[in-house]
Amino acid sequence: MGPAGRGSVGRIVVVGASLAGLRAAEALRDEGFTGDLTLIGDEPHEPYDRPPLSKAVLSGWLTTDHTVLPRVRNIDARWLLGSAATGLDVPGRQVALADGRRVDFDRLLIATGTHARPWPERAGGGLHGVHVLRSRDDADRLRAALLSGPRRVLVIGGGFTGGEVASACRDLGLNVTVTQRSGAPLASALGGVIGRVAADLHRDAGVDLRLNTTVHALEGDPAGRLRRARLSDGTVLPAEVAVVATGAVANTEWLADSILAADHRGVRCDGACRALAADGTVVEDVFAAGDVARWPHPLFPGHPLRLDHWDNAVAQARTAAHNMTHDPLDHRIHQPLPAFWSNQFGVNLKSVGLPTIADQVVVTQGSFDQHRFVAAYGQRGRLVGAVAVDSPRVLNGYAALIEARAPFPPVLNAPDGPAQLDPVDAEFPHRASPEHSVTRDSSPHIPATAGPVLTAHQ
Amino acid sequence: MTTTTPCSATDLFTHVLRHGNRADPYPYFAQMRQQPVARMDDGTWLVSGYHEIAQLLHDPRISADRLNPQDAARPAARSLLVQDPPNHDQLRRLVTQEFIPRIMGMRDHIHAVVTQLLDAHTTPQPGQLDVVAELAYPLPVTVICELLGVPREDEPVFGSLARRLTRGLDPVDTQTDEEIHELQQARTELVQYLEVLIQQRHTAPGDDLLSGLMFSQDPSGGMGPVDLRVTLGLLLIAGHETTVNLIANGTLALLRNPEVLARLRNDPALATPLVEEVLRYDPPVQMSGRSTLADIDIAGTTIPKGARVRLVLAAGSRDAKRFPDPDRFVPDRPDNAHLGFGGGLHYCIGATLARAEAQIALTALARRLDSPRLVADPPPYRENTILRGPEHLMVSFDRLTPDVQAN
Amino acid sequence: MIRQSPPETLRLVVDLNRCQSYGQCVYAAPTVFRFHGEESLEYDYAPDASTRHEVERAAAACPVQAITLSGATEASPLSSRQDQ
Repeated sequence: MGPAGRGSVGRIVVVGASLAGLRAAEALRDEGFTGDLTLIGDEPHEPYDRPPLSKAVLSGWLTTDHTVLPRVRNIDARWLLGSAATGLDVPGRQVALADGRRVDFDRLLIATGTHARPWPERAGGGLHGVHVLRSRDDADRLRAALLSGPRRVLVIGGGFTGGEVASACRDLGLNVTVTQRSGAPLASALGGVIGRVAADLHRDAGVDLRLNTTVHALEGDPAGRLRRARLSDGTVLPAEVAVVATGAVANTEWLADSILAADHRGVRCDGACRALAADGTVVEDVFAAGDVARWPHPLFPGHPLRLDHWDNAVAQARTAAHNMTHDPLDHRIHQPLPAFWSNQFGVNLKSVGLPTIADQVVVTQGSFDQHRFVAAYGQRGRLVGAVAVDSPRVLNGYAALIEARAPFPPVLNAPDGPAQLDPVDAEFPHRASPEHSVTRDSSPHIPATAGPVLTAHQ
Repeated sequence: MTTTTPCSATDLFTHVLRHGNRADPYPYFAQMRQQPVARMDDGTWLVSGYHEIAQLLHDPRISADRLNPQDAARPAARSLLVQDPPNHDQLRRLVTQEFIPRIMGMRDHIHAVVTQLLDAHTTPQPGQLDVVAELAYPLPVTVICELLGVPREDEPVFGSLARRLTRGLDPVDTQTDEEIHELQQARTELVQYLEVLIQQRHTAPGDDLLSGLMFSQDPSGGMGPVDLRVTLGLLLIAGHETTVNLIANGTLALLRNPEVLARLRNDPALATPLVEEVLRYDPPVQMSGRSTLADIDIAGTTIPKGARVRLVLAAGSRDAKRFPDPDRFVPDRPDNAHLGFGGGLHYCIGATLARAEAQIALTALARRLDSPRLVADPPPYRENTILRGPEHLMVSFDRLTPDVQAN
Repeated sequence: MIRQSPPETLRLVVDLNRCQSYGQCVYAAPTVFRFHGEESLEYDYAPDASTRHEVERAAAACPVQAITLSGATEASPLSSRQDQ
């Protein structure tokens, strides 16, 4: 069915030329949009995929020019690459660019994603050898640094990116230390119980894992090169390369003076991907999708979600494109079952649902010992998530149960499961806030006022 | 097909089992899908909807053990086809490690076998060819025997055992006492044959799959004699009785869709998606059995714990809820996530080999047969319901040309 | 504006949420796809054009249809940038 009336014409501007922006532009044409289409991207590269940056690129199997995303169809768009958006004038229907240009729109899609939380300058963030890993250029720089033969790499933060970087470093034979503020890697995403399995993976691979430890400061030599880190336990750790993997911050600075409800946690929008103003009303003709969008998920009420998951970027881009070209009566609600994956230390880890809101966890299939198992997560007697470690072919069965709001613990009697399911506390740190930003690296449970999840010495 | 009174699941399944309906069971599958999960009078559940089958293939509450206590002839040793994790996973890993490296890079060899088989019938004159007897059957059989290390001269023995054992896969209540007895006899003969073969490899290992399975370097060790026999039996049946139907069903689809045949003749790359469409449209394996380990709420009903379940893969792959225009043969159908090789933990191990054999065989037929047409439509079908396919597929042609262009 | 189509390029992406590590792509195009460990798929987004048939076989064989190949014929965003 084609779009109604004005939906197919006019000027649409997509700010953000990564996965969500590209797929949204393609979906707009699929939906029958024939008007002017402009994509704005701050990086000088054509759209590329980020997941391999922390894996195959760091380990050297792929160079970054082999991470370019396929363009699935012609979109006849104007591309403004290498020019960041710096401002949004909603009443004037204009986006301002860093190079001074102004781009007019009738409808706007915000798909600016996130950036890696930087290390504070005052704690050594400006030193040569201190890296973050989010963009293609970040990956090129870090890969070069790893090839320079550092005696030790320090990874700050034991989330997914931290684990993937540490894993790649071990593949390269480098000494690695990972510091993690809580009692286990991945604890904020999967809880302490499964986090302890992740800790085993780190240690089995030869990672020097420092739990309940933060970095007070990074220190350099007179030439400004990183030389050591001061840890919270008093240790001074020599390191020539540090990778700051302490989470992501939504790219919303350019929206600061707009009327949108946008901050470091994302752009607030409704279920139809329509951006909201500070007072909670819908801002006409402005939409958001991908890592930057934060919206209420019908399956998980009470938790505005921001998902920096690959499939969410694709799915939300499609929903936004549909809604941008249709009247509100024909709008779709974005309600995918959250899903993400990570490969680290030779192990495949996949998740469906929302483990972070769980209070309990139970292993339903396989065993911890062989690092091949499925764990189910429950919240107040309801199944809300599942994680499969090296068991990717059984996870869809759990997805169906989660969507069906099955009870927890689920009655499965799986042949490779325990005789009896005994759920335990899932051990999520900082259980306090109803706000959820379910991202691969930052803790979703820190109240907004508590600031960054994991930073330098306060 | 229009009926005013909806048939029960039991009636529909009875129709499907009837040999007279073997050539076209699909109208019955379409009726089945009106109730995608339905209980039969014998307590078995028929699942015919795509999404329902897909869910159950991945459901932790499902076992591959058919729980078929009535089957008096049930063998004591179980193949990985009917085993669950963790045993299944260990056996499968062993087979995968030994099987897959031996079939990768095999396309040139398959092409050579196909060329040789068709060269025997090359003629500038009009003629006829039984595609089943002359290509679809001997191709996979030659390949599986080479892989396993079965001496070429033993193939007829092996082949006849496979045929006799295949019938045993059909529902037990469709078989006569005589057939069941015959099945046990065939199993005994197979065990005897394999034991000799295994004994030979013990003294003189080769680089074949059998030797590989026996002397695997996997940390879990090689296969014990019982698992080895059962696994070989499985590979034997799979190698003899499935790909033959894929090639035959594909040939049938090509001959019934001459415009597709013409496209394939001019564009061999079309064989890649085309074989997937054969696997969707007319799959060689029509059903797969499972049982439930817990109550399962699905499609508005509940399959109770301990029930036998029959996943009608061939019905699911024609579900309009998943595939637009499902009864049409679309050789380059996009997003063709058919159920032809099953799914989940038990996804067909031989899929890569079957695909390669079918792609190469169908392309060769399209290129080398001049003006082919079916002698009988529908062709005669074999008795088997589950591994379903034509007994013969007589094709007449104006010429059968030499292989002018080796790919 | 009419532009020449770019030289034929081969690009692909795998939806690794959908992927269940069946391995069919690795078996079909082993220089493009590989497992790191038993279940972790890695792949080249921009393999050499000579692998096109293998990659097409990999995409067709994927049981969950998780592999997407490029379908665009218009010039890459980088080559069009100067025109604006």
